[in-house]
Amino acid sequence: MNGAAAILKALEKQGVNIIFGHPGGTIMPTYDALYDSPIRHILVRHEQGGVHAATAYARASGKVGVVMATSGPGALNLVTGLQDALMDSTAVVAITGNVPQALIGTDAFQEADVCGITQPVTKHNFQIRDVRDIPRVIAEAFYIASTGRPGPVLVDVPKDVQLAPFSGSFDVEIDLPGYKPTFKGHPRQIERALEALAKAKKPVLMVGGGAQHASAEVIEFAEKSGIPVIPTLMGLGAFPGTHRQFLGMPGMHGSVAANWAIHNADTILAIGLRFDDRVTGKVSRFAPNAHTIIHVDIDPAEIGKLVSTAIPVVGDAKWVAAELAKGARKLSIAEWWQQVDEWRTKHPFGWNSKPYLQSQEVIHAFWEATGGKAIVTSGVGQHQMFTAQFFKFDKPRSWINSGGLGTMGVGLPFAIGAALARPGETVIDFDGDGSFQMTLQELATVKKYNLPVKIVILNNGFLGMVRQWQDLFHARRYSEVYLADSNPDFAKLAEAYGIKGLTLSDRGKLAETVKEVLEHEGPVLLDCRVHHEEGVFPMIPSGGAAEDMIIENPREAVEAGD
Amino acid sequence: MRHVVSVLVQDKPGVLQRIAGLIARRGFNIESLAVGRTHQEGLSRISLVVTGDDRVLEQVEKQLNRLIEVIKVTDHSEPHVERELALVKVAVPGMEERLEIKDIAEAFRARIVDVARKSIIFELTGDSSKVHNFIEAMRPYGLLEVMRTGAVALSRGEQVLKVREKKPAV
Repeated sequence: MNGAAAILKALEKQGVNIIFGHPGGTIMPTYDALYDSPIRHILVRHEQGGVHAATAYARASGKVGVVMATSGPGALNLVTGLQDALMDSTAVVAITGNVPQALIGTDAFQEADVCGITQPVTKHNFQIRDVRDIPRVIAEAFYIASTGRPGPVLVDVPKDVQLAPFSGSFDVEIDLPGYKPTFKGHPRQIERALEALAKAKKPVLMVGGGAQHASAEVIEFAEKSGIPVIPTLMGLGAFPGTHRQFLGMPGMHGSVAANWAIHNADTILAIGLRFDDRVTGKVSRFAPNAHTIIHVDIDPAEIGKLVSTAIPVVGDAKWVAAELAKGARKLSIAEWWQQVDEWRTKHPFGWNSKPYLQSQEVIHAFWEATGGKAIVTSGVGQHQMFTAQFFKFDKPRSWINSGGLGTMGVGLPFAIGAALARPGETVIDFDGDGSFQMTLQELATVKKYNLPVKIVILNNGFLGMVRQWQDLFHARRYSEVYLADSNPDFAKLAEAYGIKGLTLSDRGKLAETVKEVLEHEGPVLLDCRVHHEEGVFPMIPSGGAAEDMIIENPREAVEAGD
Repeated sequence: MRHVVSVLVQDKPGVLQRIAGLIARRGFNIESLAVGRTHQEGLSRISLVVTGDDRVLEQVEKQLNRLIEVIKVTDHSEPHVERELALVKVAVPGMEERLEIKDIAEAFRARIVDVARKSIIFELTGDSSKVHNFIEAMRPYGLLEVMRTGAVALSRGEQVLKVREKKPAV
């Protein structure tokens, strides 16, 4: 056995049965060993597609996603995806080849300082310099990636280490004296949290991506206490979107009810979220009436980072939510609910019916037709926000998008990872025409493995979100956002890859087209020609607060008056 | 406010880069950084001098703690000993100045470690303000080169930075 075979054996020991990757010079020994390994390899067409797919695989399955790449350009193509996984706290392990140790530092062919470059975009990284370290380092990489606050870990293996003979044991002990994540929240802090909630007149529960594995406990706590629930963009699905206590997501494009509830709340219980600026707006004006913020997070560095916390609870969301559920009592907040319901009834997410096709109705139609039973991915932009608003996610791990980094192009590779993580389930990628073109080469991966993903391009011929900001804040000067003059015919593009392609522009045919897409057994791409100047509302302008919320499209009001 | 922070780390390749990168990335203001091996194999100790309010300091500590190779972080707000070493090369224009310079150096208990016709190198230890004051006192004569190590610190008494006993995580 050589180092390369040892890497795969060590991955097998970690329960890995699928690797996304792309071969190249310095990782060839490991690809050679793959030939004899039971691990399935998914060949992507660009390393970025591989790392995104591994990320979605991790998020959809709850396991660790694995991606493999060669040195230099291969490894550097992982950078965006690693940062994406870091910001959305996803357990990914990346294995990269590197030039032989004798050549490190000599500007060798396809050499790059991968450990140096990936240091700020990973939770941790390793370079294995001794073949004997392989089993321990792989075990440590998985342990670090999957425990505490999950994150990406990169393991760089010079080619000579992959080729060196290996004869050691795989029963290894991890040795990380500086890494001891706190799992159990402090009982006294949990008691204090429950006491504060019992006294609250206007409480809300905010749930983030850190609670995706704690859904059952969160629901139990919420139902026992009767508290209004606001999942963040990353928390959608952790609490059912069709639940009576669900208020919608908060933040820049959140619901009126969610934002006003936070604005007026006296007590906020936040579980597994980090008060991103897209959630808080201007921090100094965030939740001005909340005298008590209870912040539950597994990462102590998140507590007090942006928002002052009265009751910090460092611990795992599942563990803490279960403890909170044990002690939860029905809150007497009928008046508060009356107020919240009024906001909810008065300002639901909606759209004005128009003669042309709109993104919102396409997403709504897919939600209705699937009964919400689907894993949904998206790119980044307007279509992402529309999906978050109009697809009601009832199950955890069913909504996979790029929240923290906002990485355009993740939709298709995310769909690939989700389809491989949960075969047999419907996977829909709501994508933008701009986002989709950033990683469309992965259509080949869809075709190669015949993954039955439904790619729905909400094609408005613009970089829609940038255009919306230009509309609102730059006097409608549409600088470099027009795509329609040079977009491909997406249906034909799909057909060129051997994937069924459809185009929809007539809204009268929406229902039947949705049915056709969902009933087709293999992959389908549906190009929806939606209105080119639709805006996402409500909207809190960047750096604003709930009071600055623009509830309806001001452009529509103007146009109606014309 | 100025804080001296000690960090016990595993002596692994790239650990200093990780710490320096983190400080830069998070926008913390750092006055000095000193690093050296400890008496225990595989462990190094870093002293950081950081300026900022309590919130900044709390974030520095928490972010440092997130690094896998960081074992322990402490802010020396309690009684502690702080020292810095400096080598200061001062220009000596003539005999008269030479005597003055030597007088000043004696007042600071600085040692002469090199004497040349037109320069003297002094070695000085003390807390950072003493080093600063010495340098300023020598400035009128002409500073040729200054090298400071940055502050290093230990808590007074029995309190020590050490590896915690192993306990099962998760």
